[in-house]
Parts: sequence; structure tokens; C-alpha cells
Amino acid sequence: MKYSREKLSEEKVFKDPVHRYIHVRDRAIWDLISTKEFQRLRRVKQLGTTYLTFHGAEHSRLNHSLGVYEIVRRIVDDVFEGRPEWNQEERLLSLCAALLHDLGHGPFSHAFEKVFDLDHEEFTREIILGHTEVNAVLRRIDADFPKKVSDVIAKTYEDKLVVSLISSQIDADRMDYLQRDAYFTGVSYGHFDMERIMRVMRPREDQVVIKQSGMHAVEDYIMSRYQMYWQVYFHPVSRSAEVILTKILHRAKHLYVAGYTFKQEPVHFRSLFDGNVTVEDYLKLDEAVILYYFQVWEAEEDGILRDLCLRFMNRKLFKYVEFHPSNDEMNKLMELNRLFKKAGIDPEYYLVVDSSSDLPYDFYRPGEEEERLPIHLLKNNGEIRELSRESEIVDAISGKRRTDHKLYFPADLLRDESTKKNVKRQIRELLELS
Amino acid sequence: MFKDHAKIIHAISSAGEINGRKKLQKMLYIAKKLSFPFQEKYQFHFYGPYSEELTLRVEELCEMGYLNEVREKKAGYYQYCYSITDSGRSFLSMHEMDMPTLEPCLCDMNEQNARFLELVSTVLYFDTLEKDEVTEKVFTLKSKQKYTHEEIDEAYEYIRRLKEKAKL
Repeated sequence: MKYSREKLSEEKVFKDPVHRYIHVRDRAIWDLISTKEFQRLRRVKQLGTTYLTFHGAEHSRLNHSLGVYEIVRRIVDDVFEGRPEWNQEERLLSLCAALLHDLGHGPFSHAFEKVFDLDHEEFTREIILGHTEVNAVLRRIDADFPKKVSDVIAKTYEDKLVVSLISSQIDADRMDYLQRDAYFTGVSYGHFDMERIMRVMRPREDQVVIKQSGMHAVEDYIMSRYQMYWQVYFHPVSRSAEVILTKILHRAKHLYVAGYTFKQEPVHFRSLFDGNVTVEDYLKLDEAVILYYFQVWEAEEDGILRDLCLRFMNRKLFKYVEFHPSNDEMNKLMELNRLFKKAGIDPEYYLVVDSSSDLPYDFYRPGEEEERLPIHLLKNNGEIRELSRESEIVDAISGKRRTDHKLYFPADLLRDESTKKNVKRQIRELLELS
Repeated sequence: MFKDHAKIIHAISSAGEINGRKKLQKMLYIAKKLSFPFQEKYQFHFYGPYSEELTLRVEELCEMGYLNEVREKKAGYYQYCYSITDSGRSFLSMHEMDMPTLEPCLCDMNEQNARFLELVSTVLYFDTLEKDEVTEKVFTLKSKQKYTHEEIDEAYEYIRRLKEKAKL
């Protein structure tokens, strides 16, 4: 039997707190799950530093990847099968792309990508196309199959309907992470009726559209997105942890480039610092490795690296104030910069403005000027309308400005009056700290 | 701080005024591909390379009062025009910019239409592929735009000229 059609002798199921069960019948999917590149995702948390705010948020990219696979499996097997717009030949491709869409995520990937100028999508592509166990499984399906999976994930595959299943404004990726992140953080915002949404999804030439009768379920989904962004993803405490993490990586790189002798050579970081990281190097990185180094660096000679690692590991995070970057506030920031230096606190590492545009999450946009494909409703008369033109609720939240800036600093150091008492007092006054 | 925001203001100021979000997205993507140090991450979306980060930063800059956004009604859709404000100029004066060849490149791009820039940015997105593979990608992924072989040749020639300009 052709490998692409080979089924397991009996269905395997994984218990899952969000979808109850994840069903695997295809041999290829089972084999992909068993690859070392996929198993590595167990050691990369889905929400990065968010566990320092919501202690339950320890779930992994592997959990999420299985969830996305399961949603796509239900859509193609239970909703799309038999519909003329859906090409059943694309079924396995859709499932593989769903399962592997986050394969290139590294440890704390957002901070790593910023500091080392990496792109997880590029690594996903390289892992799928390179000499890896994942590639070997995909090649058993067809020599061209790894390329097709890679193209779907990169959104450059010719069949845009397949792409839209895992990457659009209402896709399996978002439907899983909103529910999963809500479950593991313990918040009550991310819930919506996914079963209902799946039932009213209809394949069209270029994208999945939603039957008008499902509009209220989609409104709930958009509201969940909106609330999760502000309550979880943009949470200022998680952002504080991310700021410190970013600064640790900057400091370690700075020291390495300056020829500093680390007590323990950072071998796993060497190619990152040198800017020539290969897929092999990258696959050796996970959060266990990174946290090991952070613990080792707690005993480093360099005071800044040591302090930042202690803060991250022991959750002694930076405090923050709201920051509205008007010209007056910018002048105040320059003054703070000067005073921090005077106080012997390096502002490069200890005075940080973080903006919502620095975060990797997006909002629903109605797709003005053909920027991004919006959610389309299929009306009873066959007409297709953009969601916010039909829904007042969605219209109300999709037109809002969504910007947020915060200024982070170590309040404990500023309150320590054993040194530079006067200048620290001046800083506290400027920051309006009690 | 706000270095990446300042670079965007600098770009819009260099171009004078940019008409259309799509045009702005494509111009900055092309500039990034010419090795100008813009940090925003792009992904391939339905209409070509698109950066959510850039969209958000531009929103932030409008909110801060450093960029002026004017909405104009066009046939069937709204177009947004961007230009720098006096506050933006004052903010920019606090940042040093070392991109002397950016201005001629952006001014040149600003004279092109958004449709052509969409093609140029798509060609650049697939710059690791051979020209015939890129052509196939353009015809498949952009079938609705109905680009011709001549336009694709023009896009390659335009990229060559822009690269020369970026080097000056």
C-alpha cells in the first residue's frame, strides 16, 4: 500500500484537555509525531515567559501543534469531505502542515529572534527541507511532499484554501491557541463555540468562508482574541520578564563579542553569538538548555549578567510605568537616561521602553486596501461580505487604536539608598515612584 | 529606544508622502531587501510580503502624533496617506540616521504604482529561486493580478537599478 494512504491498524488517541481526544489514524502523522524534531517541541513553551505571570502556562508547542492538527483533521474529515470546492487529495498535506507549522520555534523564540535576528519560519522551512527525520518521513510520501508542506506553512502554496486552514484570520492555529492558552493560564476569556464555527465553515476557491448563521459564534471568537491579547498576551508582568530575558541575551552576546571569559564556555550559544547558526545548532537549543545557562550565569563575574539572570530565575522582575511617547516624555526619558548613568545603573539594560508593536500577536483587521484577507461571511443569497460590515460588535473593536507603551526599570535598585542617594531620589521623583 | 519607530518616520519623511498602506508596506519591504536596516518581520500574505509589526508601528506613530494619516475614499475602498508632522520632525531630530542612499531609493519607489511594487516585492521575496521559478510563483500566487512576462522583466530590471542606487 502507498505510504500516503497507509493507516495504523487501530486508531491512536491522545488525551487532550482542550479537544478531549486527538485522533491519529494516518501512519505518516504517527511517524512525524515520533521524530526527534517534533519531540523537541515538548521542551519549548507555547507562551514563553507568560508562566511567570500565570503559573499554569507551562504548556508546550507540542501540545499546541497536536491541537492544530486535530482541528484541521476535524474540518477536512467532518466538514469539507465531499464538498465540490474541496480537493480530498490535499487532506494529508493539510494535516502535515498543521502538525508541523511551528516546528522551527526556538526556546523563548520571540526574544531570541529579536536579539539574534532569527526567523522561526525560516527554520521551519529548513527543518522540513533539510536532512532531518521529519524530512525523511515526508519524502516517503512523495519526493516533492516536503516542498509542498513547506510552501503551505510559508503561505506560498498554490491552493490558498489549504493555506487558509492554518493561516488566516480564522484558522486552526488561532482557534487552538486561544482555547489552549485560556485553559492553561486559567483565565475565562478565550472561550468560544469552536464546534459551531467548524460546522458553518465552507470551502471557497481561495479561503474558508463562514455561513451567515454562524456570525455570532465568530463574534465570540473575535472577542476572545481581543480579550486574550490584553489580558494575557500583552500582560505587563510577562512583558517585564521578556524584557529581562532579552537583556540577558544582549548582555551575554556583548560580553562574548568583547572577549569576556565565561566561567563555563557558552558552547550552545557560540554560533548564535557569531551569527552563523545552522539548523543542527538550532535543534540543540531548547528551554532546558537556556535555563541551565541562566542558572550558571547567576555566578558570573559580570555584575549585569549575574543580576539579570538572578532576576529572571527568581522572578525579581522590573516594575513599570505607563509611557506616552510625546516630545515631553521623550525629553524626560533622555533625562532619566542621564540620571541612570549618574547613579551607576546602565540604562542600556535597566531602562527599557516596551511597545505593543514589539509583541508577536495581532488583532483582527478588516483588510483595508488588500493588506490581509479578512473573515468573510457567506450570506443566504450567496453574497460574500466582510465580517465587520455585518457585525456591529466586530466593527466596534476592529476600528480601535491598539497601542500601548510601558517603561520598565528595577525599582529595587532605585530604592536602595546605600549609594547615590540623591540621584536615585531624583529618578524616583521623575518616575513618580513612592 | 524607539530606534525602529524613528527609522519608519525617517523613511516616510524621505519619501515625502506615501499614498496607501499597501504601498508603504511594499516600499519598506523592498528597502529592507536592499539591506537598509529595518527590523520589521515580514510574512507572505495573500497580497505579498506583509508585516504586522510595521502596521502596528505605524499605528503607534500616528497615535503619538508623529505621523499624519489621512483617509481618502477611493472606488470601493479607503486609501490612507502618510506624512510626517512637526512633532515627528522634532522626534526624528533626537535620533541619528545613517542611511544616506535611502532617500533616492524611496523617492524612486514612491513614483511607482502599488501594483508594480507588489510585483517587485514578490520577486524579491523569492530571490533565492531561479527567474523561471519566480515567474511561475508570480503567475500562480498572483494570478488575479495578471502580470505579464514583460512586467516581470521590468521588475528584475528595476531591482537591479535600485540596488545600484542603494550602493551610491
